[in-house]
Formats: sequence, structure tokens, C-alpha cells
Amino acid sequence: MIPSAFEYERATSVDDAIAKLAATGGTGKLIAGGHSLVPLMKLRLNEPTTLIDIARISALVGIRERDGLIEIGAGTVHHDVATSALLGAQCPVVSDTAATIGDPQVRNRGTIGGSLAHADPAADYPAMLLAVDAQIHLQGAGGPRVVAAEDFFQDLFTVDLGPDEIITAVRFAPVRAAAYAKLYQRASRFAIVGVAAALEVTDGAISAARVGLTGALSSAVRLSGVETALVGQPATAATVATAATGAGAALSDVSADLHASEAYRRAMVSVFTKRALEGALARLSA
Amino acid sequence: MAQVTLTVNGKQRTAEVEPRMLLVHFLREQLMLTGTHVGCDTSQCGACTVLVDGRSAKACTLFAVQADGSEVTTIEGLADGDALHPLQDGFWEEHGLQCGYCTPGMIMSAVNLLNDNPAPSEAEIRHGLDGNFCRCTGYQHIVNAVQHAAGTASKE
Ligand SMILES: Cc1cc2nc3c(=O)[nH]c(=O)nc-3n(C[C@H](O)[C@H](O)[C@H](O)COP(=O)(O)OP(=O)(O)OC[C@H]3O[C@@H](n4cnc5c(N)ncnc54)[C@H](O)[C@@H]3O)c2cc1C
Ligand code: FES
Ligand code: FES
Repeated sequence: MIPSAFEYERATSVDDAIAKLAATGGTGKLIAGGHSLVPLMKLRLNEPTTLIDIARISALVGIRERDGLIEIGAGTVHHDVATSALLGAQCPVVSDTAATIGDPQVRNRGTIGGSLAHADPAADYPAMLLAVDAQIHLQGAGGPRVVAAEDFFQDLFTVDLGPDEIITAVRFAPVRAAAYAKLYQRASRFAIVGVAAALEVTDGAISAARVGLTGALSSAVRLSGVETALVGQPATAATVATAATGAGAALSDVSADLHASEAYRRAMVSVFTKRALEGALARLSA
Repeated sequence: MAQVTLTVNGKQRTAEVEPRMLLVHFLREQLMLTGTHVGCDTSQCGACTVLVDGRSAKACTLFAVQADGSEVTTIEGLADGDALHPLQDGFWEEHGLQCGYCTPGMIMSAVNLLNDNPAPSEAEIRHGLDGNFCRCTGYQHIVNAVQHAAGTASKE
């Protein structure tokens, strides 16, 4: 399958990428790993006139501590997130989530920025970024902008990102007691259902809970009903089992496709919410 | 047209390509390195796997221009003269193939795996080959072949 013809340019910096993108007047596209965009271009579902390659902008690559937060550059590939010693020690849910994406070849090329911009309803990162309460850093001709993950994911393949804007990084405060649980679509390895849960516990009681869901709806969402049911309760297996029970039933507009019916997805939302919460609890004692 | 310069199996190659030319077509049709296969053309099967700057990549999901300036290793670049690469030897010794269509990609993925993890467990081998499909072998002989190359084959 051969895509439509296009011009190719390589951006040397974030500013250069923004300028080159603006110069296409809305007909160009950024390309990072290409692992969502190239398949769409081969199907001619997407026919940009110009591709602006941002994969070699070194300022976009890397995982570091900054102002007490962890920052992942938008151009960092999934493999580097999955194998990061810093994340493994301080916020293992992030590296665990990256390790579930696709297969080794996909993880060698695909980037976190590309995954967020593309916003596949079955992508893994969105659920995890909701659970760690990440901020998404953007830059455009008008300057930088920061959007909370919760406000960023809006609908099917739709995010709060202007046509001339570029995602530069995600930042979050590290959370140890957090885990991701995923039901794999066995061929593509995307999430049929994926749940990330993060807990804060004070004196044995859950003082804060954030639970992010992907795969079941048109975009990733927080499960606020589950969160409310957890807060103030003892941090025990019984608490999380009770809180997770109704998680699937409480949702509206649950997706159905050839991989999973609506009823099955609802059932699995509850099962994987429980597993993610159990994983978070296990990390409290670890 | 765009000019690209890649180092393919240690040799520098410069060519004029259309930006939309996929790396796999560049390798097969321009450089005549037909060891890299196209199975699905939809990023799923891994038959097109090569190493780009030392990491495995699906060459059907990458434009040649994206690899400009990179080092690319294909199945043709593994053997040292007549001496097979340990993974090629493993596939030979353990009969890690039937039709052989998946084999070049399977071996390139296994190279990536053993670079990261020189002594993988059986489960780690299967996980490391997640991105490669084989329609013939049932995978067991492929796992044996990788174990043979890694020197981790269990003695029965
Ligand atoms: C076989 C296969 C299996 C996969 N399995 C999974 C899976 O299990 N889970 C999962 O989550 N994903 C999966 N993916 C998708 C994969 O994670 C992609 O890498 C990711 O969705 C896109 O990242 P990219 O860098 O490849 O982006 P590209 O394909 O390069 O770009 C995607 C979109 O994002 C835009 N973009 C890229 N970078 C930026 C930026 N910094 N700022 C603004 N816009 C930007 C591009 O213009 C484009 O519109 C899979 C993909 C394949 C091919
Ligand atoms: S041909 Fe590239 S993944 Fe199948
Ligand atoms: S040997 Fe035939 S596809 Fe693997």
C-alpha cells in the first residue's frame, strides 16, 4: 500500500517544527515514530502534503527529574519509558504501562507524544496519565501552554491540541502506589480494557484515589464513582473489591466491536479496575 | 525526490527516493536486498523487521527518508562470510523454520532480544518475539533456535 505523495522535512528544533508546520497552512503533519500515522497514510485515511519529522529533536527526548516532578520528553520512545531506571524506582506504573504497548518493534519507534496526539480510544498511556494526574506541555507560535491530562483527552481521536501546536513533554509527581491492568486484544495488543489506579494512603486509610480507564469508551476517562467509593475507606483488599464491583455498570456509551461486546467490556472494566487497585495496594507494602 | 544516505550492512548507500518510499521497498527494490520480506504490509507480522541504529523496526512502517543518516542491518548483514551468525546457526540446528517466510524478520527480532537480554528465559523469548508471526512452526522450534543461539537450551 503506497501513500499519496508528500514533501518531507526534518525539523531541527521545537521552534523550527512549529514554523515549518505553520508554513504548510494546515495541510502538513508532524511525524515522530510514525507508528500511528504511517499505517493511516498507507490506507490514505490521512494525506498530508508535508511531513515534518520531529524524531531527531534531541530536546524532545529523555526522562528526567525537574522541580520535584518527573518529565518525559514527547519524543521519548516507548522502549525507553519501559526500561527507565528512574521510573522503575519512583513511578513504576509509567514504565509498566509502556511495556504493555504493542510489541518490541513498535516500542522501539513509537513515542509518548505521538500516542497522546493520536489519542486512539484503546491507547494505554492516556489511562495511566489520568491516574498520575499528569500535565501535558504544549508549545505553539503563541508560546507554551499546559493542559491537565483530564482536560486533554476530549473524544475519539480528539484532544486539546491546536493545529500548529506541538506536545513537548508530560510531567507528573511520582506515585509509587499505582498500577496498570490491561486486557489485551491478542492480535494488535491494544487494550480492550485498560485501567490505571493510583492511591494515596494516610494512617491505613485511602486519602486520595485516581483511576483512569481506556479502551471502553470513545476516549480515556477517570472513574470518579470508583474514586469516591475508595476515599476515606481502609486500604484493604475488601475495600477495593467493593469499589470496583459496579465500575462497568456505571458507564454509559460503552464501545462494542468484534473483539468484545458491550456487556463483556462492562464486566471487564470491573475486573480490571479491581486488578489495578490490587496492584496499587501491593505497591504500598513493597 | 529526496536524497538519502544510509549505511546498510556496513556499506554507505546514497540514493534519490520519493519521500513516500517505504524503507522495506528501498531495501528490496533499490538495493536488491530481498531477504527482508513483506508479509502483511500493515505493521502486524514482523516479516519486514530490520535493525535501524541497532534497534528492531518494522521496515514497512518507516519511510526511507526517516532512516536517512541511520545504520541499517538486514538479514544479509548478519553472517560473517560463510560463518553463520549464532542465530542463523540456531535456526539451522533447531529447524526453526518451515516455509521460511517469517525467518529473516524473526531472526532480526531475536538479535534485538539477545542484545537487550543475552540469556532470556523461554517466556522472555516468546515475549521478545511478540511482534513476529509465524504461520508454520507453532513457534516451539523458533524458541529452541533462540535458546540454542543464547546457549540456554535445556539439556534433555
Ligand atoms: C502493530 C501496532 C501495535 C500497537 N499497539 C499499541 C498498544 O498496544 N497500545 C498503544 O497505546 N498503542 C499501540 N500502538 C500505537 C503506538 O503506540 C504508536 O507509537 C503511537 O500511537 C503513536 O506514536 P508515534 O510516535 O508513532 O506517532 P506518529 O505516528 O508519528 O504520529 C501520530 C500523530 O501524532 C502527531 N504527533 C506526533 N508527535 C507529536 C508531538 N510531539 N506533538 C504533537 N503532535 C504529534 C502526528 O502528527 C500524528 O498525527 C500500536 C501501533 C502498531 C503499529
Ligand atoms: S510486513 Fe511489516 S509488519 Fe508485516
Ligand atoms: S516458517 Fe513459515 S511463516 Fe514461519
